[in-house]
Amino acid sequence: MTRLHALVLTGFGLNCDHETAYALELAGATAVRGHINALIEGEVNLADFQILAFGGGFSWGDDHGAGVIQAVRMRTNLGRQLLDFVAADKLIIGICNGFQTLVNLGLLPAIDGDYEARRVALTYNDCGNFRNQWVHLHVDQASACLFTRGLHQLELPVRHGEGKFWAPRETLTQLEANQQIVLRYAGPDGHPAQGIFPANPNGSLMDIAGICDPSGRIFGLMPHPEAYNHWTNHPDWSLHKSLGWTPPEDVTPGIQIFRNAVQAFN
Amino acid sequence: MPYRIEIALRSGLPDAEGRSISQKAADYFGITVDAIRTIHILTLDADLNESQVVEIQRDIFTNPVTQVSSLEPLEFDFDWCIWVGFRPGVRDTAGSTGQEAIEDLLGYQFGPQEGLYTSKRYCLKGEGLTRVQLDRLASELLANDIIQRWQIFSSAEWRPTEGVGYPLSKVRLDHEPQVTTLAIDSDASLQALSDARNLALNPNDIPVIRRYFLDPKVQAERAAVGLGDPTDLELEYISQARSDHCNHNTFRGRFDYRDLATGEREEIVSLFKTCIQTPTLDLQKRKPWVKSVLWDNAGVGEFDDDHLYVITGETHNSPSNMEAYGGAITGIVGIYRDPMGTGRGSKLIMGSYGYCVGPRDYDGELQPRLHPRRLLDGVIEGVRDGGNKSGIPTPFGQVLFHPGYLGKCLVFVTALGIMPAMIKGEPAHEKTILPGDRVVMCGGRVGKDGIHGVTASSEVFSADTPAGHVQIGDPYTQKKMHDFLLEARDEGLTRFITDNGGGGLSSSVGETAMFSKGVEVDLEKVPLKYDGLDQWEIWISESQERMTVAVPPEHVDRFMELSRRHAVESTVIGTYNDSGKLHIKYNNDTCAHVDLDFLESGFPRWQFDAHWTPPDLRGLVEPVIKTPSVYNTLLLDLLARPNIASKEWVARQYDHEVQGTSVIKPLVGRQRDLPSDAAVIRPVLTSQRGLVFAQALLPWYSAVDAYHMAACTIDEALRRHISVGGDPEHVGGVDNFCWPNIQYHPVENPDGRFKAAQLVRACKALKEICLAYGIPLLSGKDSMYVDGHLPGAYGESHKVSAPETLQFSTTGVIEDIDRCVTMEPKRKGDALYLLGTTRDELGGSEYYDRFGYVGLQVPTVRPDEHLPLYQALTKAIAMGLCASVHGIYRGGLGVHLALMAMGADLGLVVELARVPGEGSPSDATLLFSESAGRFLVTVGPDQKAAFEDVMGTLAFACIGDVTDGTDLVVRGRTGAELISLKLHALRDSWKTPFGHLL
Repeated sequence: MTRLHALVLTGFGLNCDHETAYALELAGATAVRGHINALIEGEVNLADFQILAFGGGFSWGDDHGAGVIQAVRMRTNLGRQLLDFVAADKLIIGICNGFQTLVNLGLLPAIDGDYEARRVALTYNDCGNFRNQWVHLHVDQASACLFTRGLHQLELPVRHGEGKFWAPRETLTQLEANQQIVLRYAGPDGHPAQGIFPANPNGSLMDIAGICDPSGRIFGLMPHPEAYNHWTNHPDWSLHKSLGWTPPEDVTPGIQIFRNAVQAFN
Repeated sequence: MPYRIEIALRSGLPDAEGRSISQKAADYFGITVDAIRTIHILTLDADLNESQVVEIQRDIFTNPVTQVSSLEPLEFDFDWCIWVGFRPGVRDTAGSTGQEAIEDLLGYQFGPQEGLYTSKRYCLKGEGLTRVQLDRLASELLANDIIQRWQIFSSAEWRPTEGVGYPLSKVRLDHEPQVTTLAIDSDASLQALSDARNLALNPNDIPVIRRYFLDPKVQAERAAVGLGDPTDLELEYISQARSDHCNHNTFRGRFDYRDLATGEREEIVSLFKTCIQTPTLDLQKRKPWVKSVLWDNAGVGEFDDDHLYVITGETHNSPSNMEAYGGAITGIVGIYRDPMGTGRGSKLIMGSYGYCVGPRDYDGELQPRLHPRRLLDGVIEGVRDGGNKSGIPTPFGQVLFHPGYLGKCLVFVTALGIMPAMIKGEPAHEKTILPGDRVVMCGGRVGKDGIHGVTASSEVFSADTPAGHVQIGDPYTQKKMHDFLLEARDEGLTRFITDNGGGGLSSSVGETAMFSKGVEVDLEKVPLKYDGLDQWEIWISESQERMTVAVPPEHVDRFMELSRRHAVESTVIGTYNDSGKLHIKYNNDTCAHVDLDFLESGFPRWQFDAHWTPPDLRGLVEPVIKTPSVYNTLLLDLLARPNIASKEWVARQYDHEVQGTSVIKPLVGRQRDLPSDAAVIRPVLTSQRGLVFAQALLPWYSAVDAYHMAACTIDEALRRHISVGGDPEHVGGVDNFCWPNIQYHPVENPDGRFKAAQLVRACKALKEICLAYGIPLLSGKDSMYVDGHLPGAYGESHKVSAPETLQFSTTGVIEDIDRCVTMEPKRKGDALYLLGTTRDELGGSEYYDRFGYVGLQVPTVRPDEHLPLYQALTKAIAMGLCASVHGIYRGGLGVHLALMAMGADLGLVVELARVPGEGSPSDATLLFSESAGRFLVTVGPDQKAAFEDVMGTLAFACIGDVTDGTDLVVRGRTGAELISLKLHALRDSWKTPFGHLL
């Protein structure tokens, strides 16, 4: 079997490219870090890849809303190619700033297959500040999302100032009906956080931490799966080790999200 | 014509910024505001038509889901409105990124006189709000007059169609650049010039400078290039290079040290050489992992066969004291350029912070420029944005309160990088420049900002300090440059790299020219933010986010191509040569021609008298305190003291997991809210190796003796390093001295000689303790003049000097991160051990400070006693015998037992009778002495025998057990119960002062 090719965007203030590429490699893909300008100028060709990762960071400083200018630049210069990529049933993951970019591009939530409309927003955290913490996540088993297959609940870090998921009531209802709400912030028991801080770290409506498009091939989430690439990334690893736990041979739940993407092609 | 776009959140969406301002207005000033709405304003000055403006309004600047916007003023009901915008020339990063987006969307190119400017207006609702209150909110909360301007409108004054007008923060300098020659006919006239032009020349340097320019040989050479008397640019260059900030004149000075008690005298020439350089070079000989020290922008150690790590630290005190946010963000972004400019350039892998400010609740009569609360908020936010937006984790830091920092705050920033051991077959930590290499300036453009920053930080803060040196760092521009320069490095395009920090091109080009032995610069090629800068201003401007790179001519084309790809501006501004001269031209006219070796010869050393009076002769005594009886309340009160209390709110704002390398986080424990002893990262993702980082600050002990302050600070940093699994054989140190002025003056600085003696003593401790522990100093910096003159109640002013402060940072490689340990006990039934000896050393302690005492018996460091203990503990950790390890630091045993219990969410039962002590310390001494060299360790029942075997005959004892209860129980020496507290009571107290902050 030939290895899948994944492209991780870089440049203009993006910053999680190294660990996102590493995570994709661990998951079994061949990952390339590619500058947005290299893509625009044609030195890197989107058609050569099966997976596209919009990673975390502060694109263009996030000065005019997180992910806003990145979305403008991608739509202006690469809009057609992106839609072709989607039409070819390839996979896109947007993490944190990447998620913010996907919703500003309209690639998410793509209700009714409209991949250009801005329907939802990620806005300022209710707590009023940037926040780094680990969260518990509830996974919707019934969602079409290819990235979360087999995962029931997991823990990942969030690190953002603009992660509050907001949409008009009717949009939320549609997202829920379409089972596009993939991840919800939860308590340690795995039940959704019901908006309670800090289990829900940003005040997201319906505790939404991640959504997918109706096909399940485009996935955006605020938490950082690539930052859970090693068992020692988990805040309790030292405690667990003292209690007799030994790290499994298998990849971490963070890497499993990328592995699911790779395996979706097999 | 200008356009204005106003943008706000749709009604119904919470305005987090407005809410935060309302909260602060109530907390800080007792001003009740019912509601605040924030409106973002973009003022566009460009040749665009209205439909184009509507297009950018819709497609870039308005989120259709959450925002509304208008080209007319948005109509919101308010009682008062405050508009806040930048002053002209202040970095407006949002303006520049917005401009980029417009250019991309419309394919439009902004002209040199055009621009996009951002500002905000706040619509306030509140009954009975007065203009006086509004003035206060504007000047003390929303804006800082150094960088911003504001306007207040009552609802009656507001004109709905005009709004705030069209504010353009455009710089217009109707000025033809010119070089001025300066007469140096006498020392007095040069001194007068120095004062008038803010050159801050040292009077002792003036005759040397004059002698040079009056030398007939020099005059003949100058005449040949069309120069006579020195130019303003030349004197500015010399002033920058000779400033204490760049040249470290204090640390290279001559100290006449006298012990007034014994009459002994000692002359020390260069503290740097005797106490830093010599011991470090000695240690380097037996520590092959020390790769490069004391010459480059940062020190270099070996990470593994294929990688080197890089570390340095500095402070950004003066600018932060003036403009907290701008100063701090400029500081963190600036320190990140040092590892970038070390060796052939390294990738940034982490940063840390240390803030020393006045009491957050200060309500005394002195009037600092910024209240400590506001100052701290701004500093925290500046480092937050600087670190987070650079994509560099900030997994460690400290915040410290002391009234001595009311005069000037301290903002320590530390940075670590990593680079491949070899670049194209050459060692990455070595570099040089060859004649013919091009001088390339990369990154931001040059403006008036930062002019005289270096000389200002070498002065005591006063009302006359020029505000021009305050800037706002731009992590976005720098991140692009960082990514670009690493690619250029890996392609082998660059031969030398250094940063443009203090002193700008003057420092970076001046210093790099030493490697090729000459340089010629065409100053008109330097890209400017706006026209009208004089040549000397271009040369010394400290405009941020710039690096200077030497590029061999054959690589210039590829270098420029890569630069364009990364959207980074790079410009060839000159050529290195071996002429021996710094030769600067502007449109072919020479404006500077100076022998490069002039700066290295002939200048007199600075001289300091240092008079030491031992603490007992200064009248310090131990207070007479009879042992307390209400220990429960005492411990709870200590936990609630600001220097002990939880500062989780700071750590959570910092991204400490970006890059995916986190191993030991800043906050640990079951509830993830206890500060870790140290941080560990895994900078090479494919490796099991880790890099440990810790730092310590103990300025309180300087009130007794700065020798012990420095010794204890180093010891604490080392214990933090060891606690998480760091190896005492591989510890690299970084010393950051922050000291009040040490130059004696009978009126201005009457205790200058004592402060100088404190500096000598701290340096001696640095040397002795580092040699004893085997810690080479990979890097270090000093910041003198930590004094401020603060207005008092009657129009008088008071000099406030900071306590003599050393921040000591440690780093080192951990072979296998699986061996790392955190501080919280893990299992009920484990045994609790105390390692080390507790002595009657309450001098300078938190316990004494609670009662307003200093005391006399300050903790002492005994390397002969401590080091074998540290080695044994390291062995026990490596054998996997320790479930948790935690050093005993500020506050002593009582406080640190409480922290461990909270971390574990388990009970502890402790018998003080078992604590190894010297003499017969009282219960209070055992609980609150801050004796150095101690640890708390928990060990499982099955490992106890092995652990005790490793510890052998060293000073240690099992002092208690981990229980499954919810209480911390401490029994005194007689067996009576002194402390019995529920964990939630401990936590409530510990979170009292800052627990509500987010």
